[in-house]
Amino acid sequence: MNVTLRIQRFNPETDSKPHWEEYPLDVEPSDRLLDALHEVKWHHDGTLAFRRSCAHGICGSDAMTINNVNRLACKVLMGDLGARVTVEPLRGFRIVKDLVVDMEPFFEKYRSIKPYFINYDPDPPTERYQSQEERERYDDTTKCILCAACTSSCPSYWGNREFLGPATIVQAHRFIFDSRDQGANERLEVLNDRDGVWRCRTIFNCTGACPREIKVTQAIGEVKKLLLFNRMV
Amino acid sequence: MYHSFDAIVVGAGGAGLRAALELGRSGSVAVLTKLYPTRSHTGTAQGGIGAALGNVEEDLWEWHMFDTVKGGDYLTDQDAAEILAREAVDTVYELEHWGLPFDRTSDGKIAQRPFGGHTHHFGKGAVRRSCYAADRTGHMILQTLYQQCLRHSVQFFDEYHVVDLLIQDGVACGVVAYQILTGEFHTFRAKAVLLATGGMGRLFRITSNAHALTGDGPAMALRRGIPLEDMEFFQFHPTGIRKMGILITEAVRGEGGILLNDRGERFMERYSPTLLDLAPRDIVSRAIYLEVRNGLGIGGKDYVHLDATHLGRDVVESKLPDIADFCRTYLGIDPATEPMPVQPTAHYAMGGIPTDTDGRVIVDEKNTALPGLYAAGECACVSVHGANRLGTNSLVDLVVFGRRAGRDMARYVRENDFVALPPEPECEACDEAERLLKGTGQERVADIRQELQDLMMDDVGVFRVEEQIAGALSKIGELKSRYQKVALDDRGQKFNTELLEAIELGYLLDLAEVTAASALARQESRGAHSREDYPERDDDHWLKHTLAYQTGEGVELKYKPVSITRFEPKPRTY
Ligand SMILES: Cc1cc2nc3c(=O)[nH]c(=O)nc-3n(C[C@H](O)[C@H](O)[C@H](O)COP(=O)(O)OP(=O)(O)OC[C@H]3O[C@@H](n4cnc5c(N)ncnc54)[C@H](O)[C@@H]3O)c2cc1C
Ligand code: SF4
Ligand code: FES
Repeated sequence: MNVTLRIQRFNPETDSKPHWEEYPLDVEPSDRLLDALHEVKWHHDGTLAFRRSCAHGICGSDAMTINNVNRLACKVLMGDLGARVTVEPLRGFRIVKDLVVDMEPFFEKYRSIKPYFINYDPDPPTERYQSQEERERYDDTTKCILCAACTSSCPSYWGNREFLGPATIVQAHRFIFDSRDQGANERLEVLNDRDGVWRCRTIFNCTGACPREIKVTQAIGEVKKLLLFNRMV
Repeated sequence: MYHSFDAIVVGAGGAGLRAALELGRSGSVAVLTKLYPTRSHTGTAQGGIGAALGNVEEDLWEWHMFDTVKGGDYLTDQDAAEILAREAVDTVYELEHWGLPFDRTSDGKIAQRPFGGHTHHFGKGAVRRSCYAADRTGHMILQTLYQQCLRHSVQFFDEYHVVDLLIQDGVACGVVAYQILTGEFHTFRAKAVLLATGGMGRLFRITSNAHALTGDGPAMALRRGIPLEDMEFFQFHPTGIRKMGILITEAVRGEGGILLNDRGERFMERYSPTLLDLAPRDIVSRAIYLEVRNGLGIGGKDYVHLDATHLGRDVVESKLPDIADFCRTYLGIDPATEPMPVQPTAHYAMGGIPTDTDGRVIVDEKNTALPGLYAAGECACVSVHGANRLGTNSLVDLVVFGRRAGRDMARYVRENDFVALPPEPECEACDEAERLLKGTGQERVADIRQELQDLMMDDVGVFRVEEQIAGALSKIGELKSRYQKVALDDRGQKFNTELLEAIELGYLLDLAEVTAASALARQESRGAHSREDYPERDDDHWLKHTLAYQTGEGVELKYKPVSITRFEPKPRTY
């Protein structure tokens, strides 16, 4: 099928601001958008820059704004995108080049909530036990691949870049609701801030954007509830 | 720019991160990675990590060791296999202690399921040994190790593409890295360097491997005179999504899924009466090729069906959620109601940089170590996987030998001083980048790469025969000369991924050459190396590891003995 890719381009070495370029292509409906971007890069214009690695929606490299929605380029098929496809870098982050944005502020926020398992007891000789129900409790948020699609789709984040953002809260949720973890209070302290969970206005963009189908807004709600009603001890 | 650390780790997958955790405790360490750590391909591992915990039925590490040796068609070094099987247990508990969210049994222990080639009582029947977290075990391992590195303040240089390995007077002394963001070259001086750059599946057209898996570590080592071991053994996983190569984990068969041909026959009954669909991967991949060759592929085409419809929606959605998602996204089918179209996909390099069981890189048949240089993970060859790796054994390899390499490096940096860097350490890498950036020829990177991948897939793939391998070897030579005439569109400094792809293609060409040369020489069939002109295993002549060196006159091959401690080689039937 014939399609036109409309890609926002920006070369930091020559451009003062981004501009659009169009690429007519012949693709298969079963091709991923990532395949089409590669077609451009490999056969038409090698200067096009984007991140990618796994090509099947697991590494989180290629989140971008596709027909106005944040998605992974490798997880959307051309047949589902129509004849004109617009591709832009993720919003809310500084553009480095073409579809590549500066991820450092994103990872800095991620690191701020102590995204690692904390347990002060001595390690037992075998595994710590955990029931299937306890394990299920935080299953959803363990799926996060840190692609930033959610944070970049969040109007509260666009309004205030100090907001920790949904991805960070998802990562905190993964530990706070893990029965083996003892760091909940340390994390809740960071999250209980104007720029923490309270900046979330329950707009649900994040949930719609998440390629891992994590119930992001629900997870944020669960953290809020915990802060309001019963701080964990 | 110039940096100095006691130890440098190249690669932030499971192996690199596990080693870094060991090193972070004892001195200064930096991890350099061309991808953000959480983008590493360890994150895509689905099925599980094997360890004889015995949580759901009796299991012993000796059985795990035996399976590893037999699975590797007796090319496995048995001293290494023993370490792997013994230490697997402890490293899995360690991961759990760091918070890894394993699935659980009803009594709260780590859950385990069957996997290809893993048996009880030395081959009597399948055993549940694979510890898993749904079908995203690798994702959880990668996340958990990265999280612990953050906790212990390991220093990361993200999106630094290492382009050269520095060796002075026979001692490793650092690396040169290209900072992707700025296009600057950096010299990292170190007392010890660990290569943990992962796989090289991008040698082949159809692969489960990420675009970034171009064998950079092995190729850089090769260019510095270090041999590569057993490169002729490359595993094709039987169940990749047709055409795309995306992996459908063996756990589908572990949970009870079966392979069917066009007639709806469970054809593995004919090839492996005991283990059936859970036979080792080399055997299942060959079975699929033979079915297809006999016109029994689906609709006469080049694929078969993997059927999980009888497992029920609950099992599919709860134990294999990502697989269900892949099928819906990429095939538009629901695996709970329709079979999946699959074909073998290039998956895992058994070969790589030769090391001893402490991760020290060795350079000859006498196991002489190169001081200060280490390798671990898929880019290394311990050799624990021999001629064919068992499922779940790579993740074990990462943590067991990543940990051992890290510990030995910590000792090494304590006991040794920095050595002098070579004069102008960056110049070779700079010159090569300059050459590529200024190239004026007519060749495109993508064209050469495509031809190389087709060549390797068709002529150095699942089945091999002398004329084809020899033909491939000479065509690789031609591709190498065409590579000298590559021209790039992007001549900029910042985020020039075209330049990086060109550099990676250079690595692939070198690796293809040693792979083909090693495969051509080995006149037998063993594990994943299947020669139609030499269909039998030949222990009298070929029970030995290949060491391939790059020389001015092509590839030079040497051989070194296999370590055999407990299990004498026997015919391999399942
Ligand atoms: C789809 C899939 C499923 C799998 N499932 C399983 C399973 O269930 N069980 C199992 O045991 N095994 C499985 N495997 C195999 C296993 O996952 C891999 O062999 C293993 O994860 C490799 O880990 P690694 O640490 O060696 O490398 P990787 O995780 O690939 O990491 C490589 C690292 O090196 C870096 N790097 C590479 N080149 C450079 C360079 N030039 N400069 C700087 N950095 C560089 C990368 O950025 C990356 O951080 C699977 C493999 C695949 C592809
Ligand atoms: S929550 Fe979803 S969208 Fe947000 S970073 Fe994680 S995977 Fe991406
Ligand atoms: S390339 Fe890995 S998520 Fe798309």
